[in-house]
Amino acid sequence: MTIIQPIIDWFEARLGLKDTLGPTMSHAVPRSAKWWYVFGSMTLMLFMLQIMTGICLALVYVPSADEAYASLEYLNYDQTMGWFLRALHVWGSHLMIAMMSIHMLQVFLFGAFKYPRELTWIVGVLLFVCTLGMGFTGQVLRWDQDAYWGMSVGMAMGGRVPWIGPGLVQFVLGGPIIGGESLSRFFALHVFVIPGSLIALIGVHLLLVIKCGINETPTPGVLVDKATYREDYEREVHKRGMPFFPNAAGRDLVACGLVLALLFLCAMLFGPAGPNGQPDPMLIHTAPRPDFWFQSLFAVLALLPPYMETFLIIGFPVLAAGVLIMLPFLSGGGEKHWRRRPIAVLFVVMLMVSLGSLTYLAYKAPWSPVMNAWSALPTPVEYVRGRSPLELQGAMVVQNKQCRNCHALDGKGGHRGPALDDVATRLNSDQIIRQVIQGGGNMPAYGKNLSPSETKAVTAFLMTMHGQDMHELAEGYSMTPRATQQDVPPFFPERLDEQ
Amino acid sequence: MPEQFDYRSAPDPAMLGPGPTPEPSRRGFLFWLGAGINAIVAVLIAIPVVGYIFSSWKQGGSQKWVSLGEVKDFPEDQTRLGKYRNPFTTPWDGYTANTPCWVRRQKGETFTVFAINCTHLGCPVRWFPESSLFMCPCHGGVYYADGSHAAGPPPRGLYPYEMRIRNGNLEIKAGRLPTLQQTP
Repeated sequence: MTIIQPIIDWFEARLGLKDTLGPTMSHAVPRSAKWWYVFGSMTLMLFMLQIMTGICLALVYVPSADEAYASLEYLNYDQTMGWFLRALHVWGSHLMIAMMSIHMLQVFLFGAFKYPRELTWIVGVLLFVCTLGMGFTGQVLRWDQDAYWGMSVGMAMGGRVPWIGPGLVQFVLGGPIIGGESLSRFFALHVFVIPGSLIALIGVHLLLVIKCGINETPTPGVLVDKATYREDYEREVHKRGMPFFPNAAGRDLVACGLVLALLFLCAMLFGPAGPNGQPDPMLIHTAPRPDFWFQSLFAVLALLPPYMETFLIIGFPVLAAGVLIMLPFLSGGGEKHWRRRPIAVLFVVMLMVSLGSLTYLAYKAPWSPVMNAWSALPTPVEYVRGRSPLELQGAMVVQNKQCRNCHALDGKGGHRGPALDDVATRLNSDQIIRQVIQGGGNMPAYGKNLSPSETKAVTAFLMTMHGQDMHELAEGYSMTPRATQQDVPPFFPERLDEQ
Repeated sequence: MPEQFDYRSAPDPAMLGPGPTPEPSRRGFLFWLGAGINAIVAVLIAIPVVGYIFSSWKQGGSQKWVSLGEVKDFPEDQTRLGKYRNPFTTPWDGYTANTPCWVRRQKGETFTVFAINCTHLGCPVRWFPESSLFMCPCHGGVYYADGSHAAGPPPRGLYPYEMRIRNGNLEIKAGRLPTLQQTP
């Protein structure tokens, strides 16, 4: 102590931290701010870790279209602990978006965006947008097939912007087509532009937190009155509040420690993400998928009716950001407690249910044809046992003409179209022929691609599909009379007599 | 012994009272002169910087004739994966400058060349010769052999390239990522 104290004093005499940072650190916060208030600090802690792991990755990563993939593989397999740094960075990004989303929902449900914290909320919305931008640009820096085609998808969206779309695409790509400049641009965005904006915005966000205070835990029935709120808040927080440091900071530190421990575990157990396949555009046997946070968007784009698409792709993000920014002005006073704000609660529930179900659907992706189902999946034995040669020929047609890429048999195959297990209970043979030849209902017309004999065979096969076979297999007996199960055609001597 | 140095004891200019300050008009002139010089220099610097950043902003253009190989390499009545090197390439593009396309040869010298990109959202479509269909792995877009829309969300048929035959070589006009608004 005798040695350390003079050193501290020496620095303190020059920095004067007791007078500048001191009051900030120990500023009074409401005593009701408990565990719901830790998520902002957790997001900040994760962001600082992202900067550190990001700098470490930049020591090795090469932002060149030709060599980025090789440098990622080098990080994974050759660089000492390179895989762990990559894992920390990707899991850190997932956790950061997760903590930020919880923080935002908490702020929304606690009415913290209302007077006088409108600007705190608006800066927070900008921070959220920037963080999602980090997510997308970061996925592109993981220069693999998903990144290359993800960029292609992003540009196809950008190309739909009225008037300036084509120019915008070339501007973002840094040239007329995806290549070296595109990766360099996304590198500059991910490493300089967006993090710089984030740091500046975080500064403003924290300044506002100090200047406008953090929200007291709302009480039902206590309304925000713009005329008296600030005065009341100051009085209450000084009378009954607690200092941020060490009281609230302790809680924040515990939460940050826990989330960092979770991050360490995730990184250790699950490792880095990808890179998944060399981004050679000639390798077209790929099915690009976005990272977790954009899966719901991927689902929406498959499920929307085409006439809404361009509006949703371009208009909806602008509209959503506009509503979020306008929110404190639309609802700046009044009730804060969620129990008295049913529409706000309903909105959050609806948002969670939609995002959850869309993400679930995106992982199932029933709209995507299973590109190798036709050649890789076996025809269930029960569907070919005891069938006539014509019907067997039809079973071959179902495989060879890629029908199974979209139609499942026994649950396996694509789910774009209806499963064929019980198609004969829904359509008669004429309807099957018409559907196969003319298509319709989102099925291509096969008229030009099937010979009459193939059409006849596939119809004969599909007419045996009563949805019974798998049931019978499970039950161990058959109740379906079937002519083809007999070894020889039935012989009726009495009919011969009649002739 | 800690040094006694306190920034608070430094003299506050406001406490010194009115000193021999320059005339207000002269101070104002210096401020506006400084602001003016900075504004002019800012514009001088900003114009080239903006030009640098936005140099890739082009509404159209950026197309060149490239060869896909000899006509005889493409069998009649078949659709094959073609490959060309992006004409606007940099040395560090590497394999990413290799661009795929679908080459359909009908009879003789009748060709149709399609961009690989689905017209819905740009994923690479795959050709299935058995059913004569292009299928997209992303959202389930399907196209017929002639590129026309068959099923799924795409708003139009596949993007065709402009093509010509020179000295027995099949050539297409390419080099630009095809998007919905600027492709025939």
